[in-house]
Amino acid sequence: MEFTEDQILRYSRHILLPEVGGEGQEKLLSARVVLVGAGGLGSPVGYYLAAAGVGTIGVIDNDRVEMSNLQRQIAHNTKRLGVLKADSAKETYETLNHDVTVITHKERLTSQNIKDIIKDYDIVVDGSDNFPTRYLVNDACVMLKKTLISAAVFRFEGQVMSIYPGDGPCYRCLFEVPPPAGMVPSCQEAGILGVVTGVIGTIQATEVVKAILGIGEPLKGRLLLWNALDMDFRTVKVPRNRECPVCGEKPTIKELIDYELFCSMSH
Amino acid sequence: MAEEFVVTRTVDLKGQVCPYTFVRSKLAIEKMGLGEVLEIVLDHKPAVENVPRSMENEGQKVLKIDQTSEKEWHVFIRKDKEKVRK
Repeated sequence: MEFTEDQILRYSRHILLPEVGGEGQEKLLSARVVLVGAGGLGSPVGYYLAAAGVGTIGVIDNDRVEMSNLQRQIAHNTKRLGVLKADSAKETYETLNHDVTVITHKERLTSQNIKDIIKDYDIVVDGSDNFPTRYLVNDACVMLKKTLISAAVFRFEGQVMSIYPGDGPCYRCLFEVPPPAGMVPSCQEAGILGVVTGVIGTIQATEVVKAILGIGEPLKGRLLLWNALDMDFRTVKVPRNRECPVCGEKPTIKELIDYELFCSMSH
Repeated sequence: MAEEFVVTRTVDLKGQVCPYTFVRSKLAIEKMGLGEVLEIVLDHKPAVENVPRSMENEGQKVLKIDQTSEKEWHVFIRKDKEKVRK
C-alpha cells in the first residue's frame, strides 16, 4: 500500500522505529482486534490501538454509560451518559483516527454467540469484569486458536497474561475453574483505583501491538502482576498444564460453558 | 571512492525537514530490493547528516553524498538489509 500524506505524518514516529517501519505500520492497519468490554480496561486498549492505526477494532459491550464509569472508562464522557458503550467507544476511536473502523457488537457474550463474533478477528483482548466471561473467552480462544490478551484488575492491583493457544499456557492452566460464587467480592463492593485500569489496559495494548508486529517477548507463559501502592511489577512463570481441562492433552471441556453470573450484575 | 553504481529510484525531498526526510527515505527503501540504490535529494542541511546516519543505523550503506549547489545535496544509499526483526 501507499501511505497518504496524512498517514506519513500520523504514523511517522512508528515508521522511524527500526522494528516497525512502514511495513509494520501496514500490518497494524490491516490488523483486526476485538475488545471484550469497553470499560476500564477496554477503553484505554481501544484508545491506543486506534491511535496506533489498528485498522479494525471490534467492541463487544451491551451496557450503557453510567456516571460511576467515568472515573476510569476514558472512552466515554459525561455527554454520553445513557449511550451504549459500544457506540460511545466507536465515536471516540473513529474521531481520534479516521483510518480505524470500529465494529460494534452490542450483546453479552454467551456460549452461543462468542465463536461467531470472534472468528473474524486476529486477536482478542479480554477486559471483562466477571469470571463467567473470562472463562468463556479463554475457552473460545483456545478452541479457535485465537491469541488472547487477558487481564484483570482489583482495587490497586492488576495482572496481565498473553495466551497463545497451543504455544503456552491458557487461563485455565493457571486457574482451572472459576472461584465459587460468593468467594470473591463483587466489583461494585471491591472498588478500583481508576488509573489502575489505565496502566493495565495500556500494557494489554502493548501486547497487542507487539503481537501484530511480531516483535519482542510476549507475556506468554508469564503472568505480570502489578501493585500500584508498592509500584512494583513482577512476572511469575506459568507452565502449561498437561492436564488442563481445555488446552491439555486430553481436554474434558469440548463445549463452551455459561457459568452463572455472580459478579457485575449491574443490569 | 569512484565506485560505480546504478540508481534504482530517486526521491525528491526538497522542502522536507527532519524527521520526515528520513521517514520518507525509509518508506522508499523498504519497497526496494537488496543491492538496489536509492538517491535522495535534500535541501535541508541537517538532514544531510541525519538521513545517512539513520540509514547506517538500520544497516544500509551510504555510497556517496554530493553537494550539487549551495542548497542541494544528493545522497546515495544502497539497500543492504531488510527490516530489523527481534
